[in-house]
Amino acid sequence: MKVPIEETNKKIYNVLKHVDDPELPGVSVFDLGMVHKVEVSGKGAFITMIPTFTGCPALDIIAKDVKVAVEKLAEIDCCKVEFSYRQPWTTDAITEKGKEQLKKHGVSPPPEHYTPGEEWSVDCPFCKSPFTSMENVFGPTACRSILYCKTCKNPFEAMKPVVKYLVN
Amino acid sequence: MTHFENAEQAKRDPLYKEALTELLYQFADDDFILAFRGSEWLGLAPHIEEDVAFSSITQNTMGHATFFYQLLEELGEGDADVLAHERGPESRKSAVYLEKENGDGHYLDEPFYDWALTVVRHYFYEEFKQVKLELATRSSYQPLADAAQKVLMEQPYHLAHWKMWVKQLLAAGGEAEERLRARMVEAWGEFKDVLELGPKAKQMADAHLIAGEDVIETQWVERVETTVGKISKQQLGKKQGSGRSGEHTGELTIALKTLSEVYDTDRTAIW
Ligand SMILES: [Zn+2]
Repeated sequence: MKVPIEETNKKIYNVLKHVDDPELPGVSVFDLGMVHKVEVSGKGAFITMIPTFTGCPALDIIAKDVKVAVEKLAEIDCCKVEFSYRQPWTTDAITEKGKEQLKKHGVSPPPEHYTPGEEWSVDCPFCKSPFTSMENVFGPTACRSILYCKTCKNPFEAMKPVVKYLVN
Repeated sequence: MTHFENAEQAKRDPLYKEALTELLYQFADDDFILAFRGSEWLGLAPHIEEDVAFSSITQNTMGHATFFYQLLEELGEGDADVLAHERGPESRKSAVYLEKENGDGHYLDEPFYDWALTVVRHYFYEEFKQVKLELATRSSYQPLADAAQKVLMEQPYHLAHWKMWVKQLLAAGGEAEERLRARMVEAWGEFKDVLELGPKAKQMADAHLIAGEDVIETQWVERVETTVGKISKQQLGKKQGSGRSGEHTGELTIALKTLSEVYDTDRTAIW
């Protein structure tokens, strides 16, 4: 019996919703907006992904995790994963669910409105207070910053805003 | 103007490819050596927050170098890791100023590193990198234009960081300002090499890979002097030679040797 490609496609997306970023357990690569395109041909799958930060050391692990997870599907024998820089990743690509999952992880989603080069702040992921201060723009990974909540007195992290750079 | 969508197209035009690879080696080797100098500061920065910030910037910069080496790999230059670690000093296209040691002493015993040199060098370099990347977004080689756009979404964080240091140390006056000014004058005498595109500059311009080095220089001087004021009455110089032409000091040889000692311990590890 031949399974329609759209069905397989849907199944692959479902799998990708459960492959987590190794540095953010509980947040899937799909919800981070890293999945650009899924193509199916016969029993092969070709997945184009968008890397978050270029220096991200987790990319190889992510590619492997995606490959292993997708190849567990009965419909797929071989899955190829490629990172493409043609469509730059921006933090706008994070889904609503992704934002909620990040907060559960103690990481605030990036600010909604951000002008490159300017200071920014986000609400505390624990108590939602807006009274927060920037401790260090550079956090434990390239994509995160360290902040402090003046209300509940907890340090927390936030995803660094990344937007398209407009060249004059 | 001929536009090249991918590596396969570029490979069919040997002259184009020659100029393109030269430019990509500059991008990659510059980031690579400066990230190495940055990594030597690990654990030695003025305070713990700076240590976190500086190492994050360094790791990200090394990521940019790897990114450019991957573009070279696509063009058939060889494996990206090999390009980063196994090329001798004579084939490096990085600018000489960037290989200068962080100060006296050695990482393993008494590192008398100079923070003023580091702040000036990184600030000058990040302003330069931003200019060069902005110009590269209009490159006739699409993968380079895409790469430049991508790196530009991350690099402004680096620039903002070093600009803050420069401004604060200059505003502090006294010894801080004096030492910074001295390092700026020193850099002025050597930085022209960084701004240049090397022996294939004309070929690069003809192929519309990037605007001319005069454009890079003008924009860099304007941006830097907006932040720090007039640096020197002298012309920009390249006292230490032309890294773009493969001229280097013994300091690069030692740096590459140190790097390859670590790399040689496990050549298959993912760096
Ligand atoms: Zn709070």
